[in-house]
Amino acid sequence: MSKKRMVNATINGREQTLLCDNRMSLLDALRDAAGLTGTKEGCLTGDCGACSVVMNGKLVDSCLVMAAEAEGAAITTVEGLAIGSDLHALQQAFLAEAALQCGVCTPGFLVASKALLDRNPDPTEHEIRYWLAGNLCRCTGYQKILEAVQSAAAQLRDNPR
Amino acid sequence: MEQQGSSGKGKYKVIGTRPIRHDGEDKVTGRAQYGADIMLQDQLYGHLLRSPHSNAKILKIDTSKAEAMPGVRAVVTSQDFPQGEISAGKKYARDRILASDKALFKGHPIAAVAAEDRWTAEEAAKAIEVSYEVLPAVMDVMEAIKEDAPLVQEGNTTSTLGGQDAKPSNIVNHTQHKRGDVDDGFAKAELVIEREFDTKAVHQGYIEPQNATALARSDGQITVWCSSQAPFWVRAELSALLELPLSRFKVVPMEIGGGFGGKINSYLEAPAVLLSKKTGQPVKLVMSRADVFEATGQASAVHSKIKIGVNKDGAIVAGQAWLAYESGALPSNWGMQGSMCVFAPYKMEHVLIDAYDVLTNTSKVAAYRAPSSPQAMFGTESVMDEIAQELGMDPIELRLKNAVQEGDLRADGPKFPRIGFKETLEAIKNSDHYKSPPPSAPNQARGLAAGFWFNAGMQSSATVGINMDGTASVVTGSVDIGGSRASMSIMAAEALGLTAEEVRPSVADTDSIGHTDVTGGSRTTAVTGTAVYEAAQDAIGQMKKRVAKLWDISEEQVVFEDGAFKSTANGHDPMTVKELGPKLGMTGGPVLGSATVAPKSVGAGFGVHVVDIEVDPETGKVAILRYTAAQDVGTAIHLSYVEGQMQGGVVQGIGWALNEEYIRGEDGAMQNTGFLDYRVPTMLDVPNIETIIVEVPAPGQPYGVRGVGEVPIIPPLGALHNAIYKAIGVRLRALPMSPPSVVKAIHEARKIAEPAAART
Repeated sequence: MSKKRMVNATINGREQTLLCDNRMSLLDALRDAAGLTGTKEGCLTGDCGACSVVMNGKLVDSCLVMAAEAEGAAITTVEGLAIGSDLHALQQAFLAEAALQCGVCTPGFLVASKALLDRNPDPTEHEIRYWLAGNLCRCTGYQKILEAVQSAAAQLRDNPR
Repeated sequence: MEQQGSSGKGKYKVIGTRPIRHDGEDKVTGRAQYGADIMLQDQLYGHLLRSPHSNAKILKIDTSKAEAMPGVRAVVTSQDFPQGEISAGKKYARDRILASDKALFKGHPIAAVAAEDRWTAEEAAKAIEVSYEVLPAVMDVMEAIKEDAPLVQEGNTTSTLGGQDAKPSNIVNHTQHKRGDVDDGFAKAELVIEREFDTKAVHQGYIEPQNATALARSDGQITVWCSSQAPFWVRAELSALLELPLSRFKVVPMEIGGGFGGKINSYLEAPAVLLSKKTGQPVKLVMSRADVFEATGQASAVHSKIKIGVNKDGAIVAGQAWLAYESGALPSNWGMQGSMCVFAPYKMEHVLIDAYDVLTNTSKVAAYRAPSSPQAMFGTESVMDEIAQELGMDPIELRLKNAVQEGDLRADGPKFPRIGFKETLEAIKNSDHYKSPPPSAPNQARGLAAGFWFNAGMQSSATVGINMDGTASVVTGSVDIGGSRASMSIMAAEALGLTAEEVRPSVADTDSIGHTDVTGGSRTTAVTGTAVYEAAQDAIGQMKKRVAKLWDISEEQVVFEDGAFKSTANGHDPMTVKELGPKLGMTGGPVLGSATVAPKSVGAGFGVHVVDIEVDPETGKVAILRYTAAQDVGTAIHLSYVEGQMQGGVVQGIGWALNEEYIRGEDGAMQNTGFLDYRVPTMLDVPNIETIIVEVPAPGQPYGVRGVGEVPIIPPLGALHNAIYKAIGVRLRALPMSPPSVVKAIHEARKIAEPAAART
């Protein structure tokens, strides 16, 4: 049995061929094969959302996706949010609103929040809380994250990126 | 959001503002390197074999099959530590990392494997054959305290009131504080209430699992990269366990994904070093989430009895507490800490506090945010609420009547310096929330409770370097767990007359700064902040000499005020640090200020919280309608992160009160070892938390900082308990007040109420 395979995927707009162990999750492939360690491992059971990425337009927990399933996929990770040195409105808002403390859940929250705002540019507070209930933060109590998402949403409505 | 202005406004230029944190961009772009992100050349992957039993003698460990597997590079056990005679204390420390003669709890590490990939390491760990003699285990504090309980540590005897009992027991310590005569006090009191309380073990629940990567080089130098709250303590422990000098180790603090006290103890660092020594290659170990729950340090399950006697005017006459804290399978002193907190906010003439640390077959208990205070004060704040109700007093008035202030003695002895408990009570009393009518629909109610934490001192080091353009760099040994780079920069900027952005902060490894104790105990901003302030003063002192040289006046004629050097002689315009920077080279070279501090005492913190809730009588779910937290933080350095600490602490307290617990099966094993079943609060479970920052500067601290992180986790337990009582008419004296227990309580209350109603 070949233990490894090539996985072709477009990650943050860049076509890549990753050599992946057959047992690798997409999370492992991103971190260990592509060197994109911004996507974090918190639980490996899909409960914490620290490994959130967008795959073919859908928000997924990359720990629950096998690397092999990403063949041909378009994937966006936290490293793909900024364009050059221009931070995404969400990244700027997370900084301005102090929406992070330890920061380890932050990549997952940013990716999940972007997926929300891409679908719903003007979410209510409840819609934000509902959408982000799959991302756990143990430091902030969530309030400043909520405020950052609201602030970024308002900014993007005025000035879509 | 309601918020009091910083009392420092006007007094300070940078303190009390909200600059963007210096490490922020790295953390929103994914560039920040946390422990598990490190990847070294030729790195191996490690895995631990863990005990499936809660208590078992280890008869034999056969690693031969594992070692023979392709791709496996090394297997280590406790035998790979230096052997020979060791003290009991050192054996406990070593056994916590890798079991020797006994597996003391489920998940206890037995052996460690290093292999070429993680799957091989996992399979090899399974191939290690261990013969166990399974022994009866004891998981519960009240069972373990019984005379005939199985002994967790055969060699343990009780340290009690300065002596040592002869008889083996599961009780590690008995701490007692005594003042006056409680029997006499209770006899004189006009109302006495005594109740028993239970809290379950809970976990810090940081999102990043423990990790460690080690490289032991052939020249004997060892480097460890890890996510620890206390890199210098990791170094000390490695030095002790491996019997090598401190200078052989460099511990590199990586970014840390939460800790809350749970990443003070080291777990994986020593096994990683042993594996690297054996292979000559770097080895990385990362815990699974289940390992984190089962085999790192939970916070103690506690059984307590609280008795308080008052006069009809509400004045407390006497207080008695009996506290039994789960210690886990290895000795600790959490009960002692609880004994210092349980009655701390209140004046009482007669006091008797007995606290016990009790060994159980669970992982060694670790610190969790204001460690030991939430469990102790839960009972106190419930009894205080009952007293207020019996006397028909407002719960704030009852607390104001008894609140400690400067000069009062804490229940366990020490005299309070200037503190802000009364100011914090007044802040809640005057809040929009408290002044608004309590929610009055069926099953709705309001609850209130207070919290106390003494805040930690210990040792810190810092340097402040003045750059050649007059900007500055600050180096400390305190790991940045939630924005401390920003707060260190703010304090240095305030001292030097710079902006926060003109100061570049960094966290140094153990080679690059003096000894610095843990990031924890709410000590970082207060104590490492003091070191930063002192280092800045050292730099200012050096710069005064340079200014004196430039102006050709004596050093004594140079003062530094309002961010500039000034001459008390005539004829010189003030000169800022920015203006002086370029002149340093020609006046004697670089300026580097340094300081080390070890303050004897720090300012204690108090919080008061008020919460409005609604209980769903069908499901038992408690919805939080409104929450306000007030806290005396001394001086708020970075307003946003002070609010964030308060909000985060409250939400952890809400989780502790309403949902979180170690659910144990018949075999004692934890049944809910994942986030889904352990159930920390999600964004949907909590409302916004309104914060009121009270600032009563701490005496003896240059900027009056008290520390903020610990206090806010304490009051939610009592506040929610008191609110639920008012909503459903039943006091739930066991945590968590989860939906099943709330429903059960409502049903039991109805059963009692219905026959009574039938009789009338």
